[in-house]
Amino acid sequence: MNLLGKLSWDAIPYDPIVLGTLAVVAVGGAALFVFMTLAKKWGWLWREWLTSVDHKRLGIMYIILAFVMLIRGFADAIMMRTQLAVATNGSEGYLPPHHYDQIFTAHGVIMIIFMAMPFMIGLMNIILPLQIGARDVAFPFLNNLSFWLAVSGALLVNISLGLGEFAMTGWVAYPPLSGLEFSPGVGVDYYIWALQISGIGTTLTGVNFLVTVLKMRAPGMKLMDMPIFTWTCTWANVLIVASFPILTAALAMLTLDRYLDFHFFTNDLGGNSMMYINLFWAWGHPEVYILVLPAFGIFSEIVSTFTGKRLFGYKSMVYASGAISILGFIVWLHHFFTMGASANVNAFFGIMTMIIAIPTGVKLFNWLFTMYKGRVRLEVPMLWTLGFMVIFSIGGMTGVLLAVPGADYVLHNSLFLIAHFHNTIIGGAVFGYLAGFAFWFPKAMGFHLDPKYGKISFWCWTIGFLLAFMPLYVLGFLGMTRRLNHTDNPDWNIWLYIAAVGAFVIAIGIAAQFIQLFLGFKNKDKNLDKTGDPWNGHTLEWSLASPPQFYNFAKLPQVEDIDAFTDMKEKGTAYQRHESYAPIHMPSNTNAGPIMGLLATAMGFALIWHIWWLAGASFIGLIVAFICRAYASNTDYYVQPDEVARIENEHLDNVAKG
Amino acid sequence: MSQHDHDAHSHGSVSSYVVGFVLSVILTVIPFWAVMTSAFDRATLFAIIVVTAVVQIVVHLKYFLHLNFTKEGKIDTLSFIFTAIVIVMVVALSVWIIYESVLMMMY
Repeated sequence: MNLLGKLSWDAIPYDPIVLGTLAVVAVGGAALFVFMTLAKKWGWLWREWLTSVDHKRLGIMYIILAFVMLIRGFADAIMMRTQLAVATNGSEGYLPPHHYDQIFTAHGVIMIIFMAMPFMIGLMNIILPLQIGARDVAFPFLNNLSFWLAVSGALLVNISLGLGEFAMTGWVAYPPLSGLEFSPGVGVDYYIWALQISGIGTTLTGVNFLVTVLKMRAPGMKLMDMPIFTWTCTWANVLIVASFPILTAALAMLTLDRYLDFHFFTNDLGGNSMMYINLFWAWGHPEVYILVLPAFGIFSEIVSTFTGKRLFGYKSMVYASGAISILGFIVWLHHFFTMGASANVNAFFGIMTMIIAIPTGVKLFNWLFTMYKGRVRLEVPMLWTLGFMVIFSIGGMTGVLLAVPGADYVLHNSLFLIAHFHNTIIGGAVFGYLAGFAFWFPKAMGFHLDPKYGKISFWCWTIGFLLAFMPLYVLGFLGMTRRLNHTDNPDWNIWLYIAAVGAFVIAIGIAAQFIQLFLGFKNKDKNLDKTGDPWNGHTLEWSLASPPQFYNFAKLPQVEDIDAFTDMKEKGTAYQRHESYAPIHMPSNTNAGPIMGLLATAMGFALIWHIWWLAGASFIGLIVAFICRAYASNTDYYVQPDEVARIENEHLDNVAKG
Repeated sequence: MSQHDHDAHSHGSVSSYVVGFVLSVILTVIPFWAVMTSAFDRATLFAIIVVTAVVQIVVHLKYFLHLNFTKEGKIDTLSFIFTAIVIVMVVALSVWIIYESVLMMMY
């Protein structure tokens, strides 16, 4: 019996690009380790952050994870674009197919699951409880565990870079290609366990935030009084709860096929790979609405705040989001019109898909009417919003085009499709998160980002996006399909060159994101947000200090309006000083989350490499850690009134000064 | 245990359980009898079994799982309906898709 399963020295890929990357990661990691040790920050990091159950800190850690994975996913993107720009006229380029296939798979998985999802969940974590006047989420420990499960999945994806390989199947991992017969290596196993572990974390997040919204709203806040960002997140959470179990089940069946010789999706013995495709997209399509709905909410908050008006058509916005959620759940077949279902099936799903354009159009007009006769302040978040409205509209229209089954038969798997979904995911979701990042950064961290580099970032992203993806529409019409390693068609060359230039312009945009962060931090003293309300905000999160008091609200606010904080400012009830405070009941930090996340990583790694003893041991460890947590008695404490009074008075003094 | 003190949900009385039990027995006996007499054709038999089965599901939900539309019970009922709708949508549409795909591939 081999104690290391399939793991051996051969697992390290001897590829100059991979080894170079590993060297950089090793040097960077060592530098970070030395810095943390010299500064004696490990204990602080563990006690204050890694074990924290504070939704604001978890949100910040989620966003750090998202940025780290953005760099990884973008490195993949720029390698693909340069490869395709170099490998024209029959040239092989510098990425052999074995490596290139892993790169486009990793790019898709990372950008959707480990960049966009953590970014969205991070913003939701920081803001949603504040907007509904809650002191934390319904299940703070579960929230911490969800984060660590997401980290666990991200770790597995990154380990695959240096040990073994990643899937070469595309991010959808369709069988029979992803079955044992055609993918005998560990790549698909990395894919399965990374998605499975982080997916369970996402399901828990969805449950957690649904309960939070249903049970923990401030007194007086009816469902139809919730801020619009909270509402769109709630719809996204409904979709998470409805759709992520489908992914879990589909991956579990693929796992059984690969590990225990089952035949759910094989070609022989009664298996049917079409069912995997069906189940994957029954999750996969709602997933993109999970990504974009909260972004719609962010844009709504920003448009209303930066025009100084109430959001036009709040109710229609809520109902439109609901309609998008429900319709978004019954359109998944449009991802495989060409699979060969009947005309009736294709017509039903095609029409449902086109109908989604209606509620989305409602939203767009609501944003336009909100700006109508308003005084638009062109701050960075507003720039992202305006850019989104233009770019996302183009993406939406190409989507309606793809929803026509006949047109889809021509465009399926062409670069037109690639251009379309980047158009909606970058122009919709990513622009939304970056807008939300600029909008709520002062709230979360207490100081502003550097606005000049924020604007540079916006323009580079916008121009870079247009340069990188508009040529792909053309290439799609010229007949170029996705996932090509090299090309031999002179007509395509010019468009491939332009797209590569676009990717480098986006790279400058990403660099500018980090520079605005760095300059904001460097000039922190000048950029402080002392009042907690830097944009003249409308909702409750702006009534708190920046960064918010760790218990959020000293006294739970009484809500009488959708724009609760505007309402308080108008009535003069904002910033009230209270004579006395009640003790505040708070959850204690717990090390169960990071420990369980680590054990989940070990279990996933062991299952990937068939190290059965480690898989069993870490699984038992997971159960034991959970039971220990379930029986723990010191899970909460009280903040005493004098401490609350001190913190509140400090904030109110700062407000009075500002 | 302290968390059970908050739980004000009704867990039914002896009489409601008896009512549920008697109804379930009746709804089980009817299809059983229908099959045993062999007095019905296949289609009618099928309809009887399906209808009594669905009614019995509702009886179980009401008397044994205590789903109701009171203020406290509403959230349970709504989440049950939500789950049912999701399952019906995913399963029904999937069956339709795969059935029609197989049909096209056979010919």
